[in-house]
Amino acid sequence: MFILDHLWIIIALPLIGAAINGLLGKNFSKTIVNSVGIGSIALAFLSFVEVVREFAQLPAEQIPWVKTYFTWITAGQFKVDFSLQVDQLTIIMLGVVTFVSLLVHIYSTGYMAHEEGYYRFFSYLNLFVFFMLTLVLAANVVLMFVGWEGVGLCSYLLVGFWFLKQSAISAGKKAFITTRIGDLGFTIGILLLFWTFKSVDFGTIFKQLVGAQPDAAVPTGILTTICLLLFIGAVGKSAQLPLYVWLPDAMEGPTPVSALIHAATMVTAGVYMVARMNPLFSRAPLAMFVVALVGALTAFFAATIGLVQTDIKKVLAYSTISQLGYMFLGLGVGAYAAGVFHLMTHAFFKGLLFLAAGSVIHAMGGDQEMPHMGGLRNKIPITFWTMFIATFAIAGIPGFAGFFSKDEILEAARTSNIWLWLLGLIGAGLTAFYMFRLIFLTFFGKPRYDEHEVHVHESPHNMTVPLIFLAILSTVGGWVAAPQLVGGTDYFEKFLHPVFAMYAPAAAAGAEGAAEAAEAPGIMLLHALAGWPVLIALAGLLLAWWFYIKSPQTPKKLADSLPAPYTLILRKYYVDELYNFAIIQPLLWISTNVLWHVVDEGVIDGTVNGVARVARESGSELREIQSGNARSYATWVVIGAVGVTVLMLGLWGMVR
Amino acid sequence: MSIVPISYYLVLSAILFGLGIVAFVFKRNIVTIFMAIELMLNAVNLAFVAFARAHNQVDGLVFVFFVIVVAAAESAVGLAIIITVYQNRQTLNIERINLLKF
Repeated sequence: MFILDHLWIIIALPLIGAAINGLLGKNFSKTIVNSVGIGSIALAFLSFVEVVREFAQLPAEQIPWVKTYFTWITAGQFKVDFSLQVDQLTIIMLGVVTFVSLLVHIYSTGYMAHEEGYYRFFSYLNLFVFFMLTLVLAANVVLMFVGWEGVGLCSYLLVGFWFLKQSAISAGKKAFITTRIGDLGFTIGILLLFWTFKSVDFGTIFKQLVGAQPDAAVPTGILTTICLLLFIGAVGKSAQLPLYVWLPDAMEGPTPVSALIHAATMVTAGVYMVARMNPLFSRAPLAMFVVALVGALTAFFAATIGLVQTDIKKVLAYSTISQLGYMFLGLGVGAYAAGVFHLMTHAFFKGLLFLAAGSVIHAMGGDQEMPHMGGLRNKIPITFWTMFIATFAIAGIPGFAGFFSKDEILEAARTSNIWLWLLGLIGAGLTAFYMFRLIFLTFFGKPRYDEHEVHVHESPHNMTVPLIFLAILSTVGGWVAAPQLVGGTDYFEKFLHPVFAMYAPAAAAGAEGAAEAAEAPGIMLLHALAGWPVLIALAGLLLAWWFYIKSPQTPKKLADSLPAPYTLILRKYYVDELYNFAIIQPLLWISTNVLWHVVDEGVIDGTVNGVARVARESGSELREIQSGNARSYATWVVIGAVGVTVLMLGLWGMVR
Repeated sequence: MSIVPISYYLVLSAILFGLGIVAFVFKRNIVTIFMAIELMLNAVNLAFVAFARAHNQVDGLVFVFFVIVVAAAESAVGLAIIITVYQNRQTLNIERINLLKF
């Protein structure tokens, strides 16, 4: 039980790595920076493996395993411990975070090899892993919030990593400020949570929910409010409607950052948080519906924007937003395990897609525009095949990881609300289309770049090996759920079941059992393989093939025949413009004309300058007394003496 | 022979003190100003002695001795300063010694 007793080691390792590289790294050689950066994450990954080994031996009643190290804050009733916990959900997140970040670290040694501030990059990455692990290991909502804000900080630092580029700076600020809007909701939610339950510990909060009969200890209205506020935080962090606008811009950061932070881990923090808070959400049907609705709308809406983007990373960014929407859709219809399952498979295939896209960009010498690519298939075969696998996975082609998770989500949505299912289903078709569009534009057809200018080359081994690892996981990562198709057990769901069943409301537990018994195994297999999601994914594939291989002039013709919708989507529904007009411009106006010119210049500067001017002017008058004429000094002495005498006599008289 | 009333001494003391103030303020020569200060000190001494006699207490006399000692020390220092000033400026006119200003 060594590592379970010393869980702090896991989060301390990347922090030490970040400190060493960040404080001393400037004079280190690349080898030392690499060994510190990768070494700390590798040790964290090994700790995770040890956690799994020890966790497997824990008796069921000791789960969730909570370890309190010290009291962090006490103020009256408000008490926050530095306490970490491990349960099945944490295990999944720990695995995803440590493994993907290990691969991204290795990949970065290749991708960032020629960049300024190499040590700074690794220091930030390690710091990010530290905060992310704090987020997933935290046993109370305040410590979780520390990690939550910390990953936001690292996201800001890494998006603006090339801080000499104006667009990178604005993108970093945009990412930080937009998520901060959500975090305000999260903060209020935490306060309301404490106000309601007098505790911030997950366990203590959840126990109060099941204790009372019939689950009415806390009014549903308050629960709904708390859940909606928490969900606002998740909307900001996980880039859902209407706060998704920062994620596409965050692609200004280095590609490994996009893979690790803006695809695999940080953006899924919102999903993790909602899954962690499942006992609250399960008792707030309205909040659940909002989660599902926002998820489904985002899944569909972001997918449509992804259709027409030409920047390879922007397509993937909108795809990430869309896939996060699926996760929330899953959570919102009560299929928590499916949502978390998609989180895991998505971390594999989307991380892979980004890393592979980075490899493509590397090969193209920095060009990210797909219309400049084409025909790269034979020149960079490893990148091509791994990215191809990831595309199969995300499109939901049977057998690959994304198929299992997305199918589970859509199946749960279908039994819950047919309209949400329809949105998700169309989104799935769009996903298949834009992903294969990306593949066909990039790797197939004739080269559209100048072959004398661009020397396409396969990336070095430290970049391709992580791709291969992720490609394997993108293929087999979903197989733990495969037996259910032939009537067996969904091992992933079975593993997570205690987390979601422990504090589940009584009614939901019964309904779950009923749903499971609904379909016979053979029909399920047939249903899954020939069901709507697969058909529509294949349709998307074929359409992409028709558009971009068979008759490449079709997309242009289609765009020309439908100019209005095409422009609307190309300009991303003018959401950025709308926000600029409705929020940013008024804010700028108020800041300039009220806060700057009136409050700052008038009130604050006026006060400070006024005090200084009074002192200066009274001083310049008063110094005339100091004339140098000793007789005037003598006069002052006499006047003073007379004054004191009069005062004393007067006072004496008054006392008398 | 009747005792001189205390008010006579106090009035004399006040007149001397007033003369001292007037000389202190209006005289130009530093030595004269210095003498005015001494005059004021001694006017106060006279008042002290008068009160001591009237109340039949020695406190006033003790104060007078202190004042005399301090005045002696002060005049030693003061005269030294005056001599130095004269050596530097060749004048004792207070209106021409006016460098100590803003």
